[in-house]
Amino acid sequence: MTLCAESLAKIDREIAKYPADQKQSAVMSALRIAQQEKGWLASDTIQFVADYLGMPRIAAYEVATFYNMYDTQQRGKHKLVICTNLPCRVTWQQDVGEYLKKKLEINYGETTEDGKFTLIEGECMGACGDAPVMIVNNHRMCSFMTPEKIDQLLAELE
Amino acid sequence: MSEKVILNTLDHPEPGTLANYERVGGYQALKKILAENMSSEAIIAEVKTSGLRGRGGAGFPTGLKWSFLPRHFAGDKYIVCNSDEGEPGTYKDRDILRYNPHSVIEGMIIAGYTLGAQRGYNYIHGEIWDRYEHFEHALDEARAAGYLGQQILGSSFSFELHAHHGFGAYICGEETALLESLEGKKGQPRFKPPFPASFGLYGRPTVINNTETFANIPYIVRNGGQKFLELGKPNNGGTKIFSVTGQVNKPGNFEIPLGTPFPALLEMAGGMRDGRTMKACIPGGSSVPVLPADIMMTCTMDYDSLAKAGSMLGAGSVIILDDTVCMVRALERLSYFYFEESCGQCTPCREGSGWLYRVVHRILQGQGRHEDLELLIDVSKNISGRTICALGDAAATPVLSFIKHYRHEFEHHIEHKRPIDGCH
Ligand SMILES: Cc1cc2nc3c(=O)[nH]c(=O)nc-3n(C[C@H](O)[C@H](O)[C@H](O)COP(=O)(O)O)c2cc1C
Ligand code: SF4
Ligand code: FES
Repeated sequence: MTLCAESLAKIDREIAKYPADQKQSAVMSALRIAQQEKGWLASDTIQFVADYLGMPRIAAYEVATFYNMYDTQQRGKHKLVICTNLPCRVTWQQDVGEYLKKKLEINYGETTEDGKFTLIEGECMGACGDAPVMIVNNHRMCSFMTPEKIDQLLAELE
Repeated sequence: MSEKVILNTLDHPEPGTLANYERVGGYQALKKILAENMSSEAIIAEVKTSGLRGRGGAGFPTGLKWSFLPRHFAGDKYIVCNSDEGEPGTYKDRDILRYNPHSVIEGMIIAGYTLGAQRGYNYIHGEIWDRYEHFEHALDEARAAGYLGQQILGSSFSFELHAHHGFGAYICGEETALLESLEGKKGQPRFKPPFPASFGLYGRPTVINNTETFANIPYIVRNGGQKFLELGKPNNGGTKIFSVTGQVNKPGNFEIPLGTPFPALLEMAGGMRDGRTMKACIPGGSSVPVLPADIMMTCTMDYDSLAKAGSMLGAGSVIILDDTVCMVRALERLSYFYFEESCGQCTPCREGSGWLYRVVHRILQGQGRHEDLELLIDVSKNISGRTICALGDAAATPVLSFIKHYRHEFEHHIEHKRPIDGCH
């Protein structure tokens, strides 16, 4: 198990942000970068990151399982997280959560049969004024979602 | 239109750029303190005069916080910015990072100068990746212009600043959990004392402030604390960015003087949607007590007025609920949030937040019992004040305030297994 040169270069950039004896501070970014390359964080990926940073493997596992955006289980090709917390939910003019569930024929927490989409009910993303908000694959935020925009988004995601 | 301290770059097609920040007086404060060799004492005195109170939720006076840092400590010290905004209803820091990242950068550099720190980090909420990238770009601009790095603008002062990207944990907004997370650990809050001022990042003296708090600093240094104070009202200096969400016509962020009457803010947000009537307002983010509309309409938007009304200004996140909202359902969603986000370290919070959620959930499902309301109150009171961090209180507060003001809705639900008429 290793990561590609591009990922390693990105991780090295993160390490450089912290004092020389505090490489562990880069673990959150390193796991994010590893997850982006591999799709999810398998045990050997987490171990690789821990070894790379010279930190105990168990400490890297703890981080990977503590923060919500790491996937320590394999999931669909595209992870769709929709915020359903109160400020967002009362702002919705249409029930886009129901729309997504119907369209994908899954419930929250499930993956479509073809393995393409996982739908997750999320917590506040700090973007409540743009409700309904969704995050696609951890990095892309989609604002003011409507059924039409959801259709477009799903068609665009290969 | 009242004067804007932070959202003052918006009349430009690319509001967040360095050039645009310089156009509105950006980095003048830094130049001034370096040119005049201004003393730390003088800067802290201005911040104290300004009446600036922390914008992250607790409202602690910033000048006082800064004065706690041991200034003659010889080793490393750190400046940390809390951009881990995740309190339901709050989305102001995201806009600050988008429209005026340099005000945060300049504020942090000034804090570094004042407190004798040479390194800083901005911890940015995991879900806002584009803001993180944007902030990194702003840091590059500031470095290239000589505002950051070694011997800033030819002075003997050096300061390095980096962005740290979070990855989805509300608890990391709590300052000591944030520091743990910055050290590459699980985000579990620390026992206090010691406070970050003496034992912070990597065990070193650290000042940690909210994004909006730092963004106000350049104005205060440039114009004097008195001018900032006068923008607001005594003990509530300056302007504040309020995030308005819920059933209004135009949800958004509004920077207004502290002390502005609530009805004026409601009007800026376009008034109630579909001409409905306002039922309730949670004025400071989901962790503060809910207030019924009639009380809310008499409040002014500042720390003192909202405290007097029985709530808190918090992070300035104004959640507006109309008369179609079932308060049992609303509370159930909030209770789930605290249950989900509890870090699990303290038994009263870990067990209590789950218990609260399960009881509110069963009332919502039509399986509530008559003794449930007293049970909820009892469990809430047993969490408050018995935990390492304030998340425990944050889980209890909505329960107590919802039952206090909307008891009849809960009783109706228990009795009839459905919401009161007209609500869902
Ligand atoms: C559960 C919890 C979540 C918090 N979330 C945030 C947050 O997202 N942003 C923030 O600035 N402060 C947050 N705080 C408050 C911080 O602990 C701290 O008081 C603040 O960052 C200090 O900055 P200030 O004095 O400038 O407000 C949170 C506190 C608790 C208990
Ligand atoms: S109060 Fe809750 S969130 Fe805070 S430290 Fe204790 S268990 Fe963790
Ligand atoms: S409540 Fe949905 S983004 Fe904040």
